[in-house]
Order: sequence, then structure tokens, then C-alpha cells
Amino acid sequence: MTARALAHTLLRLSPGLTLVVFLAPIVAGLVGTILPAFGFLPALGGDSLSLDPWRRLFETPGFAAALTLTLTTGWSATLVSMLVAIGMAAALHHRPVARRLGAWIAPALAMPHSALAIGMAFLILPSGWLARALSPWLTGWSRPPDFSTVGHESGWPIVLALALKEVPYLMLMTLGALNQIPAAAQLRAARALGYGPSQAWLAVVLPQVLAQIRLPAMAVLAFSLSVVDVAMILGPGNPPTLAVLVVRWLGDPDPRLLFPAAAAATLLLALVIASLAAWRAVEAVAQATLGRWATRGARQPAIGHAADIAAGAGITLLALTAASMLSLALWSVATRWRWSDAWPEGFTSATWMRQADSLAGPAATTLALGLAATLIALALVLACLEREAQGREGKPSRSLALLYLPLLVPQVAFLFGLQILLVRFGIDGSFGAVLWTHLVFAIPYLFLSLADPWRSYDDRYSRSALSLGASRWRVFWRIKLPILLPPVLIAAAVAFAVSAGLYLPTLLAGAGRIATLTTEAVTLSSGADRRVIGTWAMLQAAFPLAAYGAAVAWPALFRRLRRW
Amino acid sequence: MIDRRHLLALSAAAPLLGLNRAARAQSASPWTEILARARGQTVYWNAWAGDEQTNDFITWVGGQTKARHGVAIQHVRLKDTAEAVTKVIAEKAAGRLAGGGVDLIWINGPNFLAMKAQGLLHGPVLPVLPNAGLVDTTNKRSNVVDFTTPVDGMAVPWRLAQLVFVYESARLRPADVPRSAEALLVWARRNPGRLTHPNVANFMGSTFLKQALIDLSPDPDLFQRPATDAGFDTATAPLWNWYDQLRPLLWRQGRQFPENAAAQRQLLNDGEIDITLSFSPTEAAVAAQAGLLPESVRSFTFAKGSIGNTSFVAIPFNAAHKEGALVVADFLLEPATQARAQDIRHLGSINVLDAGKLSPEQSRLFEVLPGHPALPAPAELGAIQLEPHASWMTRIATEWSRRTAR
Repeated sequence: MTARALAHTLLRLSPGLTLVVFLAPIVAGLVGTILPAFGFLPALGGDSLSLDPWRRLFETPGFAAALTLTLTTGWSATLVSMLVAIGMAAALHHRPVARRLGAWIAPALAMPHSALAIGMAFLILPSGWLARALSPWLTGWSRPPDFSTVGHESGWPIVLALALKEVPYLMLMTLGALNQIPAAAQLRAARALGYGPSQAWLAVVLPQVLAQIRLPAMAVLAFSLSVVDVAMILGPGNPPTLAVLVVRWLGDPDPRLLFPAAAAATLLLALVIASLAAWRAVEAVAQATLGRWATRGARQPAIGHAADIAAGAGITLLALTAASMLSLALWSVATRWRWSDAWPEGFTSATWMRQADSLAGPAATTLALGLAATLIALALVLACLEREAQGREGKPSRSLALLYLPLLVPQVAFLFGLQILLVRFGIDGSFGAVLWTHLVFAIPYLFLSLADPWRSYDDRYSRSALSLGASRWRVFWRIKLPILLPPVLIAAAVAFAVSAGLYLPTLLAGAGRIATLTTEAVTLSSGADRRVIGTWAMLQAAFPLAAYGAAVAWPALFRRLRRW
Repeated sequence: MIDRRHLLALSAAAPLLGLNRAARAQSASPWTEILARARGQTVYWNAWAGDEQTNDFITWVGGQTKARHGVAIQHVRLKDTAEAVTKVIAEKAAGRLAGGGVDLIWINGPNFLAMKAQGLLHGPVLPVLPNAGLVDTTNKRSNVVDFTTPVDGMAVPWRLAQLVFVYESARLRPADVPRSAEALLVWARRNPGRLTHPNVANFMGSTFLKQALIDLSPDPDLFQRPATDAGFDTATAPLWNWYDQLRPLLWRQGRQFPENAAAQRQLLNDGEIDITLSFSPTEAAVAAQAGLLPESVRSFTFAKGSIGNTSFVAIPFNAAHKEGALVVADFLLEPATQARAQDIRHLGSINVLDAGKLSPEQSRLFEVLPGHPALPAPAELGAIQLEPHASWMTRIATEWSRRTAR
């Protein structure tokens, strides 16, 4: 077989291969979770089906509260994020700032959830930065007040932290969806009929956008219901959310707790499936309401104010994100920072120097995992997209739901079973096992951010080159890839950021032996020296940010070099 | 063929070698003999490596024993002491009865109990050591009884942990310090929201409750025996009665708890509470120097004393370098080593020696240690109370989560 024939065969097999790479762990993991939930786990003496794990789960003190907490935080985070993102789009779409919005929110998107949560925790504590800055001159507090923020029973800090991350994500998805519909022309028509800009957007554009961003919204809902690191850092401990409960039991020295843990993970899976179904219903009601509202035809200038409030909330969230990161940076260079000083007593690089040795190993692991996952995912996704472009096969949208599967299935539900399988085959705690779980998430994100630019490529460039006698291979490398380089780099940066921020997959597949900046930062967040936490979380956030920066800067640099 | 011949020769020579050794042992003292055989050995010291100061200390010990006795130390860094126990068990199961890979283990609690009960330890080792006579066996009783398990000389004590309360003297006057569980409740009534304890799922959290249990109980010796269903309720009734009154007065009305002692220390540093707790009497001084606590922190214990436990080193039955391990263990007991371990610039852990048994020169080693206002004097620390039997801790933790779950 010639090299070209081999390449062609690989290309033909790529979609199947890609599906196997990221679907096999999910399917195998789910089976490995659901069986022990019904008592079947021969390694631990569970060789017959029983409902005992469920009984133990339901009898756990605080189970009902954990269930309520999971549902309320997951749904609130999703609804709040949706409302703010939609409000921002409605209020800002006609202003010049809308074009720059993408550049503003990219850093917020790149930030790992856990780093943001750690920074936010210090911001909102009763003895945190906000309270320090305002005390005692404004608040009158000579001591930190005794009320709860971080760890509050309602879980509101979880909702806030998730909103910090999900509003930018949904904004970006909304902006992307706008490119798919003739929004500008429709808006002009609506404005001509006397509607204000916000109302015009909500009545005319939103119904189309809602359908377009259904899957991203569902991914946000599924993620918010099952998030572990944010809930561990900011949520209550007694009881925690279901996902945290599962992880806690998994880490317990008593192996019998695996059974109720499996039941809890299965319950979480059921909750997410039910919630996704309910989301369709919510969306249908919203569409019907929007439809009736639009046909009634009332011109309501007040809508503009409501949208402005939502936009204000969105900008506040962005400011909170920036302040959270700044607080981490300050702690990492602080000598001491006592209540109620608004700023640290002094600045020093001592903490960074002392931590340098400890940081180096996990930083190298983070980099190696991120680069490997990004390169493999990039190769697979590019092959799939090329195969699709060359084969002109049916609708690409059918595979979209499959691609979203890793983002819709709660992580803990399949990672639990996957870990048992990895242990069974003796490959838990290996670099390869962790890399594989990272691919499960890197592939979908990379595909989703690259698919649209790739499909909108003007094929006439390639055809001209082919007609001049260039091979397909040469055309791909010399024409198509250079033209599509900017979106390819951005997609690669997204995949890298996803890998760098993964907590639970690294923790479970790594069996605690593979330490990344994210796993270490989350571990430290439970009480270590805040100056030390600051260095870890800062470095953790710096990696994905640097990847984004490089992705944006490289094409420009590349062009300048070529011009020389 | 050659192999078998060599083996035969070796087995024939073995009794001779043994005789030889026995003859020599009669001429020299046993310890000189051990020192001679230890020279050139490398001791694989399996020790939990989660604390940088301890890791540095072990490195320092290795340098000293190498220079003085030609015994090198290889620190096998553990995440959990149970790893070393598992390794020895696996070696025994595989029939490796000599030449084992673990020479010395930093050990106490359930791991020590498991190894001692299963006959996995070499010894008694303590009586062999020249410095054994200096160990405090009367006031520091945890040197002799480890979590209710009699040590019987099967392990060598090297550092002491004792529960202390650390407080912010700028907000709580030293004269008002509550030195009993009852006094703590009275203090909390006057200062609601300024006291808490770590989550009881954490070791330090359950220690807080154990300490209160011992302080409140008329018969603390009871807890040296395993807890029974019937006995538990009666014996812990004073504790829960006290705790039900205390809990609403705690930080966040006792509805939320710091996850561990480090998180609680942070709360003290943030000014959210006035008292935290530690298993290291020097922690207040060490943390103040490191900028983790204000310079105004001080320590206290209850008037009746407080719970303490001892860290030991033990030698597995099949250790390849038993003599080297003995030399290291004896070096750890030397007054100069103990003084360095107590130095807040190094380890900051209390020594295991009996001050009354030290010579004037040896006592001076401790007197010249750098002081710190937050460092409690030995007399202030009070007596060391023994850890209750492990079954009490398990039951207390279960009962606590039942009472506090929503």
C-alpha cells in the first residue's frame, strides 16, 4: 500500500475511529456504573442483583437535602445564565460594543472553572476581599460578620460561579447562531415597524436563536447539575450535592460505599435525562409565549430597560471574573493580608520561589496531557471534517447529538464505571488512561468550534488548485489549511483549555497518581495557605490563557513573517 | 552445577559464620556489634512525605548517621503509611522472610496495631538502644500506649503530638482563656459565633469531640476499652448534652464547619473566629513566623491536660538492614536530635524524652532553643491524655453526622 493509499484508508476510517475513541469509554463507563447500582460488582462480593445500594443511598443522612440542592443549583445556574446571555444579546446587538464582545469574553471562557471558583471564594467570603474593601468605613464591621456565603446551604455561590463561566459561553453560542440566520435584515424590518431594538431582537431573532442554541443550553444544564470541582470549592459540605457525594464515597477507604455511590451516580444520570426532557418543555413554553407576544404586536419600550438590566448583570459578572482572578494574583505575591486591609501588607516573590519545585511537575503533566489530547483530537477531527467534505455525505447534523453526548452525560456517571474498568485492566493511574478521558471531552469541543468555519470554506480555492495539477494532499496542506489556520488554532486552544481544566476525569482515571495543576489546586483549596493556593490557581489559569493568546497572535505573526 | 556447589558451600559455612559472630559478640558490647554491622548499610525509611519540614528533617538525619556511623538513609516517600504495611504483608505472603525492602517505618495508630498484631515487626527493639533510658514513660504515656495498644518496645518513639488550642490574644485575653470543656461553653455563650471545630469526618474534628468527652467524663479510663452499644450512650451522654448547648453558639450557628484544621487556621487568620486547634504545640509559633497567623496568637490546653499521641519508628520482621535501622532509631532518640526536632525552625514537634533523666548539658540543648512568644512552656501544656480506643472515634463520628445532617 502506498503512503497515499494508507492516508486515504485512514481518512475513510476516521469517523468510525473518532466515534469509538470518545463513545466507548462513555458506554462502557455507564454500564460499569449502573450494574453496581443494582448490587452487581463481583470483585466486591456483589454477585446478584439487589436494591440494597438504593436503600443505603436513601437512608443516608441529608439525602433529601442533597437532592434538592443538586436540582436547585443546576437549574438556577442554567436559567440565570440563559436569561443574562439573552438579555445581553438583546441589549447590545445593535451597539458597536457587540463586535468587540467576543474578545472580552474569550479570557473568561478560557479560565478553568476551579480557578475561577477559588478566586471567587476569596472575593465573597464574609472576611473576603469585597468585605475588606468596604469595612469598616461603609459596613461598620470591625470583625467579619457571622453569616454564610461560601458553603451556604442554598448553594447560591455555586450558581454565581457557574454563571460567571456559562454566560460567556452562551453569549458566544448566541453570537455564533446569529451568523446562521438573516438577523440583520429581519431586525431592520422589525425596527421599521416601530419596535425598539431590544424588543425587535427578542420577538424576531430570539425564537430562531433558541432553537439554534438548544444543545449548548442543554450542555450547560447537564454540566451544572453534575459539576464537582465548583461544588466542592463553593458548595455546602453537609450534605453536598449528589455529584460531590459520589466523589466523596469513591475516595472513602471503605469499599462497600462503592454501592451507594454507584446508585447516586445512576440517580444523577436519571435526573439529568429528566431535566433535559424538561428543558425541551421549558423551551416549547418559551417559544409559544414569545409567539403570542409577537403576534399581539404591542410596542413595549420597557423591554429595553429589562434587557439593559440583564446586560448590566452580565457586565457585573465579567467584572466579578476579573476581580476573582486579580484576588488570586494578589494573594500569590502577598506577604500578609489581614482583615480588614483592602490590600496586602506587602508584596514578595517568595511564595512563587518556594513553590517553583512543586509546581514544575504538575505543570509539565498539564502541558503534556493538553498538547497530546489537542494534537490527537485535532488529527481525528480534521480527518472527519475532510472525509465529510470530500464524501459530501448526507446531513452532518445527525452526528451532532452523538458529539454532544460527553457534554450531556454527567461526568461522574460514566467516569465511575470507567474507573472500575481501568482498575480491572490494571491501567488506572497511567498517563494513557487519563489522556483517553481527556480526549472524550477534547474531541467534541474541538469539533464543535471547528465544524462551522470548515464547512463554510469556499471550495473554489481547492478546485482551482486541483485543476492546476496539485494533489489533494498538497491542496489540503498548502491551500485549505493555511486559509483555515485561524479557526483551527482557536479550536485547538479550546481543546487545550478543556483538557487543562478537567478535574474529575483526571482525578478518577489518574487514581490520584497523575497530578495536574487543576487537581492540585482543587485539593489545596480545602484549607492550604492562601498565598500558595494563589500561585497554583494563577498558573492553572495562565496555561489556557496563553494558549488562546498564542492562537490569536500566531496567524498575524505568521503573515508578517511570510511577507518578509 | 556451579550454582549448587556454591549453595552447598554457603549452607555449610552458615553455622560457622553464626558461631563466629556469637563469639565476637561476647567480646564486644551488643551495641558496638550492631554499630559495626550497620556501617555501610542503606536504610529504606518509609515515611509519609506530605510535610516538607519532616522531609527535610529526614534528609538531615540521613546526613548525620552517614557521617557518624556510615549509615545512609533512603527516604521512601509515602502518601499513606498503609502503603508500607501492605508491602510488608505482600512480602510475607510471597515468602520473603529476610532481605525485605522496608527497613524502617514512621508509624502509629491502626497501622502499628495491624503490624504488631500480625507479628510483622522485629523486636522488642527499644531495650536494645542505648538512649532508651531517656524516654519519658510516666508523663508522656502515649510513648508506652499507642491508641490503646501497648507498645511493648516494638517501636521507638521519636516525636510527640499534643492537642492545643490556639487563640488570638488581641481579642481573647490570656486570663480569660477557657481551660475546660465547661469553661469553653461559658466562653462561647459570651462570644457567640467565634468558636468552631473541623468537620468531624476529619481527624482533627473528631479529636475535638474526643477531647471534650474525656474532659467531661467522670471516668476517662473507660475509653481505653472498646465501645459497646449499651456503654456508648451512657458514656457519651455528657458529651452530647454539652454539644447540643454549644452548637448553636458556634461559628455559622454550627450549621457549617471548616473541612480541616488548616481551613480553621485560615478562619482565625481572617478574623472570623478567635480559637483554632492543632496537634502541634509549636504550630502557633511556626505559623506566626510563616505569616499564616498574626504574631499575637498564643496556645493553651485544658487544665486536666489534653490528648496526645506519639509517632514511632518500627522495623519490619524481614528488614534487610535491621542494624542500620536500629542505629537510625537510636539517633532519633539522642537529646541533640530531639532538640533539633523541637526547634521551631526545623520540625517544631515536642520531644519524647523525660526532662528529669537528662544531664545538665543535655537539658541545656533544649533551654537554648529559639523562643517565640506563641510557644507554650512545657509546664503550660499539662499532662498528656491517652487516645481513646478507635471504636469510640468511629461511633462519635457516626453519631455526630446523624445529629447534624439536615
